[in-house]
Amino acid sequence: MAERSTARRRKKVDEGASIPVETRIEMLHYMKLTREIEYRIERVLYRQGKIVGGVYVGRGQEAISVGTAIHMREDDVVAPSHRDMGVFLMRGVSPRRIIAQYMGRATGLTKGRDGNMHMGDMNHNVIAFVSHLADNVPVSAGVALAFWIRGETGRVALCYHGEGATSRGDWHEGINFASIRKLPVVYFINNNQYAYSTPQNLSYAVEHVASRAEGYGLPWEVVDGNDIVAVYGAARRAIDRAREGAGPTLVEFRTFRMTGHSAHDDAGYVPPERFEEWKKKDPIARFEKRLLEEGVVTKEKIEAMQEECVRIVDDAVEWAERQPWPDPKDLTRDVYYEG
Amino acid sequence: MALTTYIDAIREGIWEEMERDESVFILGEDVGIYGGAFKVTKGMLERFGDKRVIDTPISESAIVGAAIGASLVGMRPVAEMQFIDFISCAFDQIVNFAAKCRYRWGAGVPIVVRGPCGGGVHGGPFHSQNVEAYFFNVPGLKMVAPATAYDAKGLIKAAIRDPDPVLYFEHKFLYRRIKEELPGDDFVVPIGKAQLRREGEDLSIITYGAMVWTALDAAKQLEQEDGLSVEVLDLRTILPLDEEAILATARKTSKVIVLHEATLTGGPGGEIVARIAEKAFEDLDGPIVRIASADTPVPYSPPLEEAFLPQVSDVVARARELAAY
Repeated sequence: MAERSTARRRKKVDEGASIPVETRIEMLHYMKLTREIEYRIERVLYRQGKIVGGVYVGRGQEAISVGTAIHMREDDVVAPSHRDMGVFLMRGVSPRRIIAQYMGRATGLTKGRDGNMHMGDMNHNVIAFVSHLADNVPVSAGVALAFWIRGETGRVALCYHGEGATSRGDWHEGINFASIRKLPVVYFINNNQYAYSTPQNLSYAVEHVASRAEGYGLPWEVVDGNDIVAVYGAARRAIDRAREGAGPTLVEFRTFRMTGHSAHDDAGYVPPERFEEWKKKDPIARFEKRLLEEGVVTKEKIEAMQEECVRIVDDAVEWAERQPWPDPKDLTRDVYYEG
Repeated sequence: MALTTYIDAIREGIWEEMERDESVFILGEDVGIYGGAFKVTKGMLERFGDKRVIDTPISESAIVGAAIGASLVGMRPVAEMQFIDFISCAFDQIVNFAAKCRYRWGAGVPIVVRGPCGGGVHGGPFHSQNVEAYFFNVPGLKMVAPATAYDAKGLIKAAIRDPDPVLYFEHKFLYRRIKEELPGDDFVVPIGKAQLRREGEDLSIITYGAMVWTALDAAKQLEQEDGLSVEVLDLRTILPLDEEAILATARKTSKVIVLHEATLTGGPGGEIVARIAEKAFEDLDGPIVRIASADTPVPYSPPLEEAFLPQVSDVVARARELAAY
């Protein structure tokens, strides 16, 4: 069992230069688009009262969803969490439909039946998140189980959740089952250090939550989640391993929640200096700096990319605001299959 | 012709569906090598192999969760709860994930969660429960409870083919006690359709599962001893209810007993009574009577369990009162 349970404590190897230039540009675009769309949702539309209910964003955590989902093939299936807007965008879900979803319109992904990040679309191979954390852990194992049953070698399932979700029984049941069957699934832990207001030391008693993998016979890795190059490398290793049929990996991305749990939470329980500390580690600023230093982009190019993101989101908001509300006559539709 | 037991009917139904459709597979505790605690899945591992007959750890939430995930990418999983009592461990996956996917985001979850329910075999509080009331208030689920071998086979096949999540409750008391000759063709029993087991004029007993047999025994006794003509409606599907059949029998006899093995308070009987009261009140000639198990956990010791479960004598006594009303 030793070879299965070795924790990877790698030397710091800079893999950034080996990532194709167009991929680096693509990742920067999607991180910026993620931030822009979430900015508009949380800081504009929500405050204008155009979005009701709960709003959860992943500001400062964009590298995790983008640096992992970049490796997805079209036929892979993903179960994102509530901090993974980047996954939806990279899967090709249109910003227009996303904004319409948040605004509760009939053309949103759930036709107004559910809100915010609680959206999915099997046409894009994206499974909708539920509030009951870690429910998507055994569900993702089941997706991978189907691939295994059908002999669809190379096809993988990706599952995202926070460190808070690792405290739930479904997480343990799902990870254990996936490991026993060596299913082609990868589990990404977005460790943003707070489960709502609960800090890590009140959530678990180990140094690294991913080390729980040892108890399930799985390899694990802890990575700087604010360094998209590191995220990209760790995700590639884990996904390749799953594609090769070697089974699941647990990858923990260390990051920080730069907001409250949701838009109504001022995060007064977080010491302010921690926000200052992590602001310096902002994944987008870091990647831009790096790409500038490498000569991959210019300042003008970065500005142009930002303008493009603003344009995309402007268009999405403008479109979504014109979308119809769901018709109360359809309230009881689609509880069951209707043909 | 050979007679097929209720339990063999379930096995045959699953078996035929697995032969017919390679996306059908089973998963659960001890279902493979051991063939299931009650042997419902006996021989399936040998026939269908270890990719379609999957032994799992004791993880009901993972069993149902994995079934959901597999169904989202085109599979037709049949998940076994070793005893239906353990479905409580998978409650969250069933009510929050499986039941809500289609409504929320248009994704069908064609899973079957099946397992042995019910008392009468001295299984005690954790191996005898009837769990339908826990799920009765969850839109998006279907629930079936066959009483006969024919329905056991026809309903498991219908459940597997159904595009929505179906909870299939098989009564362990009936497993080897009930048998009948089954047709050789590929038949299904439609979900959502009740069946009259006995026609009558004086009063109706609306029931399902093992209580169908209790009702039929009571009806026979009432006919012989009292000259009463009792109609017995077997719901077969608990959710969604066959309201048309319920109202039809209520209007026909004007006196109704609702009988189930689930405990009384908050049981499905209350909903059935309410619908009759709302929609067929003018047709009634007496108060609607509920007969159900006592509001206690299922006790183990034989005299206690017998007192807990509705007996033929209970039904006969309450029917006489109602007939005389």
